[in-house]
Amino acid sequence: MTLSDEIRESALIAWAALRANKLRSTLTTLGVVIGIITVTLMGTAINGINAAFRQSISSMGADVLFVGRFPWMAFDDWRTYRNRPEITLAQARELERLLTTAVAVAPQVDGNGTVLYNRRRASGVWINGNTEQSLSIRGLSIATGRWFTASDIVSARPVCVLGSYLAEGFFPHESPLGKRIRINDSNYEVIGVIEPLGSFLGTWNQDNQVVIPVTRFQADLQRRPDYSISVKARSAADLPEVVEEVRAVMRRIRKVPPGAPDDFAINQQDVFIQFFMAFGGAIGLVGLFITGLSLLVGGIGIMNIMFVSVTERTKEIGIRKALGAKKRTILIQFLIEAASLTLGAGLLAVAITWPATLAIDHYTSFAARMSWWIVAIALLVSILTGIVAGFIPALRAARMNPVDALRAD
Amino acid sequence: MALIQIRNLARRYVMGSDTVHALRGVSLDIEKGEYVAIMGPSGSGKSTLMNLLGCLDSPSAGSYDLNGKDVARMSDNDLAEIRNREIGFVFQSFNLLPRSDALHNVELPLIYSGMSRTDRRLRAREALVQVGLADRLHHRPNELSGGQRQRVAVARALVNHPSIVLADEPTGNLDSRTGQEILNLFEHLSSQGNTIIVVTHEEDVAQHSHRILRIRDGLIAADESTGRRSSSVTVPSPHPPVLPPQGP
Repeated sequence: MTLSDEIRESALIAWAALRANKLRSTLTTLGVVIGIITVTLMGTAINGINAAFRQSISSMGADVLFVGRFPWMAFDDWRTYRNRPEITLAQARELERLLTTAVAVAPQVDGNGTVLYNRRRASGVWINGNTEQSLSIRGLSIATGRWFTASDIVSARPVCVLGSYLAEGFFPHESPLGKRIRINDSNYEVIGVIEPLGSFLGTWNQDNQVVIPVTRFQADLQRRPDYSISVKARSAADLPEVVEEVRAVMRRIRKVPPGAPDDFAINQQDVFIQFFMAFGGAIGLVGLFITGLSLLVGGIGIMNIMFVSVTERTKEIGIRKALGAKKRTILIQFLIEAASLTLGAGLLAVAITWPATLAIDHYTSFAARMSWWIVAIALLVSILTGIVAGFIPALRAARMNPVDALRAD
Repeated sequence: MALIQIRNLARRYVMGSDTVHALRGVSLDIEKGEYVAIMGPSGSGKSTLMNLLGCLDSPSAGSYDLNGKDVARMSDNDLAEIRNREIGFVFQSFNLLPRSDALHNVELPLIYSGMSRTDRRLRAREALVQVGLADRLHHRPNELSGGQRQRVAVARALVNHPSIVLADEPTGNLDSRTGQEILNLFEHLSSQGNTIIVVTHEEDVAQHSHRILRIRDGLIAADESTGRRSSSVTVPSPHPPVLPPQGP
């Protein structure tokens, strides 16, 4: 008997047996269905977090350093950072003048504010103070209009560039260009709109922003803002060299005595990546544990029902053995039956999670992503669960003595 | 050499601290083409003998050559292959697979022997035609009468062209008319040269055969010809025949 014949015959037997016990088969598979649902949901969640993270992190640029008062990921006591002096616009300008290895340098500052136009009002808007160089450093593109010129910045003109979300909200039927909006208590003319950016890690809408000249930020929003300085290197490979130069120049500008620690921090997106890796790893581990647990429960159910099936069909096993079925044939028959059960469970689970994933993606801010490899893994895991759980019952069937088996009712 | 050659065949069962001697050293030859009935009361060892003849069980001692092969010491898997190729079983309770149709039931031994799908379809169909069920190929056992079911079982027993057809109380679950049909079928198969062994406790069933072996207390008590067809076979037993004990 060839293996393909064996599998084909076994699959037919399995199908007939499962169909003859529809209710029992369905109930048994529920445990595995839940297990596989957790597999797919976990995979989908990790996939979605990864995708959102990659998208968000790419907006920060791999070749950009962020000089700020505080490190992004602080593991020391807050008090060691608290008394550091702010980074001023003058220091930013000085850094820009002295750096030789950087392609672009831009101070920036941000905060929250309220935007008004024609009796419409948006509060909690992300307000960014940028320079003419920020466009390339932040990796933004302009949808309509223009970005700031150097003279907009130097002369602190009251002009602004809107995020796409705000532009659509305030100007659904007209061009925003040339319109005057009110940010907190000052008037600004809209000169451009940024291409949509999406949300950062699925939480924070980056299109709900308005960008104004960094020089106006100080005048209109905050008397003593704490600037951060973005420094763009020629390429990501040049970053270490740029870091060294920035450190030396910043220490000189901020008059840090030799031997004293830096009173500023040089941040890179890789701290996010490192943090994310650790975070993602933890999620994965927890997910693996939960998944393993639910699959174990499901697998025990399968094992139980396979024992019942083997006992019920002792006579059938006896007949098959009398007609020449070998141990291997019987073993494969019951393994395939168990695997068919769990494969069915896997398909059912995918059929449930696929639309669920689409719904989550559509109705929540969480980016859930189903992919073919998740489906493949889910189905593979379900088949494996069936084979593992069905092995001992199948072995019991295969080892039956034909005389005793034939005598069963 | 005889088709079946059994020497001093014994089978013991260990039940807790007791040892049951179901078969105590049987010697027997059966030639190709014979139609033999094995008779005996329950507990006589006839079922044990049938299981050994059918390679469903292995003896505790003695030798059994079937069609030139020593099957007494074979492994379970080798025995499965022997059963598949050399033996066709017909059981009292038919033992068909309830969820499969007649054709698939008859195909089963061919599936296990590894025959291709088209060939086995053809052979299974032929076998069913041979037992007169050409119009019942796709009926399931519960859609067939008892006699028809037993004929499906006979077709299944014949489909691999086995050396022996081994029938265990083949008429036990049938009324006398359909039982007669099955016995006629056996007679027909015997006349075509098939070797048939029927295990029964009914005298008139045994009388259809050509030779009756009477088993009692794990030994062959008598080996007699029914005169239906002259049997040239004698028991080359090293032991003298044992007379049946009288009364309880």
